[in-house]
Amino acid sequence: MQDVNNIVNGKDLFRKPEYKAVLENKKQFEGGMGAINPAKTEEIAEWTKGWDYREKNLAREAITINPAKACQPLGAVMVALGFENTMPYVHGSHGCVAYFRSYFTRHFKEPTPCVSDSMTEDAAVFGGLTNMKDGLKNCAALYKPEMIAVSTTCMAEVIGDDLYAFAIAAKEEDAGEFLAADFPITYAHTPSFTGSHITGYDNMMHGIMSQLTEGNKKEEKNGKINIIPGFETYIGSMRSVKAIVESFGAEYTMLGDHSDQWDMPAGDYSMFAGGTPIADAKDCINADATITLQKYSTVKTMKMVNKKWKHAGGFSNPIGLKGTDEFVMKLAELTGKDVPQKLKTERGRLVDAMQDSYPYMHGKKFAIWGDPDFLIGMVSFLLEMGAEPTHVLCNNPARGWEDEMRALLDTSPAAAAADCHVWAGKDLWHMRSLLFTEPVDFMIGNSYGKELMRDTDVPLIYIGFPIFDRHHLHRYSISGYDGALNLLTWITNKVLDQLDEDTKGIASTDYFFDLIR
Amino acid sequence: MGPESLEAKQKAAIEEVLKAYPEKAAKNRAKHLGVGGPEDESQKTCGNVRSNKKTVPGVMSQRGCAYAGSKGVVWGPVKDMVHISHGPVGCGQYSRAGRRNYYIGTTGVDTFVTMNFTSDYQEKDIVFGGDKKLDKCLHEIDELFPLNNGITVQSECPIGLIGDDINATSKMYAKKTGQTIVPVNCEGFRGVSQSLGHHLANDTIRDYVFDGNPTILGEPIEVTEYDVAIIGDYNIGGDAWSSRILLEEMGLRVVAQWSGDATIKEMVQTTKAKLNLLHCYRSMNYISRHMEKEYGIPWIEYNFFGPTQTVKSLRKIAAFFDESIQAKCEEVIAKYQPMVDAVQAKFRPRLEGKQVMLFVGGLRPRHVIGAYEDLGMEVIGTGYEFAHDDDYKRTKDEIFRSTVIYDDVNEYELEAFVKKLQPDLVASGIKEKYVFQKMGLPYRQMHSWDYSGPYHGYDGFAIFAADMDLAINSPVWGHSKAPWDKEGEA
Ligand code: SF4
Ligand code: SF4
Repeated sequence: MQDVNNIVNGKDLFRKPEYKAVLENKKQFEGGMGAINPAKTEEIAEWTKGWDYREKNLAREAITINPAKACQPLGAVMVALGFENTMPYVHGSHGCVAYFRSYFTRHFKEPTPCVSDSMTEDAAVFGGLTNMKDGLKNCAALYKPEMIAVSTTCMAEVIGDDLYAFAIAAKEEDAGEFLAADFPITYAHTPSFTGSHITGYDNMMHGIMSQLTEGNKKEEKNGKINIIPGFETYIGSMRSVKAIVESFGAEYTMLGDHSDQWDMPAGDYSMFAGGTPIADAKDCINADATITLQKYSTVKTMKMVNKKWKHAGGFSNPIGLKGTDEFVMKLAELTGKDVPQKLKTERGRLVDAMQDSYPYMHGKKFAIWGDPDFLIGMVSFLLEMGAEPTHVLCNNPARGWEDEMRALLDTSPAAAAADCHVWAGKDLWHMRSLLFTEPVDFMIGNSYGKELMRDTDVPLIYIGFPIFDRHHLHRYSISGYDGALNLLTWITNKVLDQLDEDTKGIASTDYFFDLIR
Repeated sequence: MGPESLEAKQKAAIEEVLKAYPEKAAKNRAKHLGVGGPEDESQKTCGNVRSNKKTVPGVMSQRGCAYAGSKGVVWGPVKDMVHISHGPVGCGQYSRAGRRNYYIGTTGVDTFVTMNFTSDYQEKDIVFGGDKKLDKCLHEIDELFPLNNGITVQSECPIGLIGDDINATSKMYAKKTGQTIVPVNCEGFRGVSQSLGHHLANDTIRDYVFDGNPTILGEPIEVTEYDVAIIGDYNIGGDAWSSRILLEEMGLRVVAQWSGDATIKEMVQTTKAKLNLLHCYRSMNYISRHMEKEYGIPWIEYNFFGPTQTVKSLRKIAAFFDESIQAKCEEVIAKYQPMVDAVQAKFRPRLEGKQVMLFVGGLRPRHVIGAYEDLGMEVIGTGYEFAHDDDYKRTKDEIFRSTVIYDDVNEYELEAFVKKLQPDLVASGIKEKYVFQKMGLPYRQMHSWDYSGPYHGYDGFAIFAADMDLAINSPVWGHSKAPWDKEGEA
């Protein structure tokens, strides 16, 4: 029974003797093997750790278990929230939207506005035109956005609704009451059965950039640089990137800047905060250059920018030292300016810190998973520190990623390179087998690594998306020199925490429990 | 309360909210909003609201889908079975391990609740159909997870649209292997909310667990006079465990939990129980009615939130059994009373008179009212995501005062109601949490217990009280105003 002076929740409540008895007693009614024959459970558990299991596991062709990817509209919602006063609108069933909103909200601990037009069975039969007409009208009336960015769920894609035609029809019917003729309704088809959330990001970014700029191309360039952050879940990273660009004194537009939306100060609530001004987005076609920070999240978008718009710039991934160097050099080239002293100093401090801490990361084996561009940046940072990325797993690799990652790993010292594996299109249940059979010292990944940590005892360093069970990490940067310093700090200190864990045995191992490291 | 009565304020708030809508939407929403009075016998449902209707498009409803109701609520917690999110990758990923259905087991070996199995449909599966893929999924699961006691196939939106026949595929595989395979046609576009998913899932339990021939490990248990089953408790944060203990203490034998921490064996042996105890009426009344009809098992609704309702429920349950149980029931009540008194003595003064607005799923919007009132808190608004008329009828008996009732409330409305009625605490889901916290309002998630709990039973009430105190009396809310802010400013 609870003691009113020490009320405990489930963590300790169920460890009280009376509850231990309850749980033990329940077993007689249960049919799981753990209750019937615990030894059998034990035996199978052991089997799952071996090479035989690993081979069967890796031979899977149909079922995905514990994936490390999400679906297209999630990325589309992120893009929409990066534009000023823009409501993400998902055409299809509202169940998906409830999921997108909770997923982002659990990660950012911030509200995530997004509407759906709640298509149901009749819409599946007759199409979702009525839903879209009513939905756009209601959304505009209630929330008064400056733009509505429409993406789709599986359902709308399977029945083949035509967003372009629907948006026009909705405006016609509304006749300017809530949706003025020039009210921007941008859209992208985001079928979840191709690609992943980063494909949806790409499709929506392409949709917004191409549709908003229609008819806006001018003879004169506007002297600006466009920056596309990609599916960026580190708010601090966006700020680091902006600070770097600003230090060159460059005029720029960050296209899809959700850094204020998912980082609202307390005290008041307004549905939308920050974001790329629509006017700037309309003018982005006239920029001098466009740089994407995530190549694999912006394939289609950059094809348009490079081939049709013929912008200079291209791709740069500012994670890690080398990645940031390249970004800085690119800006120097585009602006024709020298690298500012501020950045030189920042770089110097980062390198100094790397040289202070390297012994702890050197030679350590890491398993890591996440989105393709994140992995390229993170792996190159690990290599810069002399670490060994033993298992690099990407559940949503885009074309070309596997080769690029292989080539990157091959730049590490010859002996280690052969032991570094690229796992394209694999999931986290595969990872479990890999960790048991070819163990590593640390894992880097999102909250889904938690069960791997429990099962394999490999410590997890929380870097990635989504992170539901550690707070505020997303507020920090992992890009730029300051971001690299954060990475260095998190990883080094986790190594040190683990070293203490491993050596704290009193009168047995604590000779190595050093005060100074 | 000032010159304006609570009821008048509530009515005005509704009127104002409706003004923001275009005509068609306003007409629709008007039917879902009302003010309920505890003594108002004229009302058919609480506040006379209409429910279980299509959501107005474009309004940011909090509702989920049928898949969420089946996979997320009813089937997902059954721990010794593997549940496939059948279709593209999203739905299964977003709903993975989000509900805190506690269970004991070796995950990935003999239990699977927090994992995500998905057939991860690709374009070719959509175009050419995925029945072969499903068959292969079933094979692979059985190979890699030999201790699973069955597999359910939870359809996502595309399945029903592309003409896949999951029923035939499942049946064939089951026949070949003797495995229990349960196909559920719970595509997200069916129905208007999670609710239809509950119903569909209930029906498949009937068809594949009761009328099917599931293999059951171990010996069947012997039947006793005191066998009961807990139905509609998903063991969020351990709720069913802190309920179970009370039932056992009063001499009953809980032979099954549905479906938090459940095994399929428990479900099967429920057909021999003497009484079904139904907590979440909305999500499991169907199967309870079926067991009543088919197996002659009576069912009663109970409420283990807050001592007043808990005591009432314990007595109601005991009344069904003989005097020995009734006597033990009184002993249980007497045993916990001092703890309840102490909890109330400690927290009531800190919470007395604080006003609360609720919005939850299909049961808690009425069930938790009593727990708040036991702490001296006043619930002034409540509503359900996916309730039906019968829930709103039941709500009439649970409210204590004029209460604004909002069915399928959307973000706009809830924000407007809160601004107008100024409660001290908002208690709802994750999606709304930070909206209100940013306004400086204490907030508790009432689906997940905000990562605390359990809240059921006596022990749960103590946690509930401590959590509400923590929320309302935390010093953090006082920091929003900076020292340089002038009076009257935020
Ligand atoms: S996979 Fe499809 S049905 Fe599932 S959440 Fe994504 S869009 Fe919705
Ligand atoms: S208590 Fe509410 S959220 Fe939980 S299952 Fe019942 S209706 Fe759903």
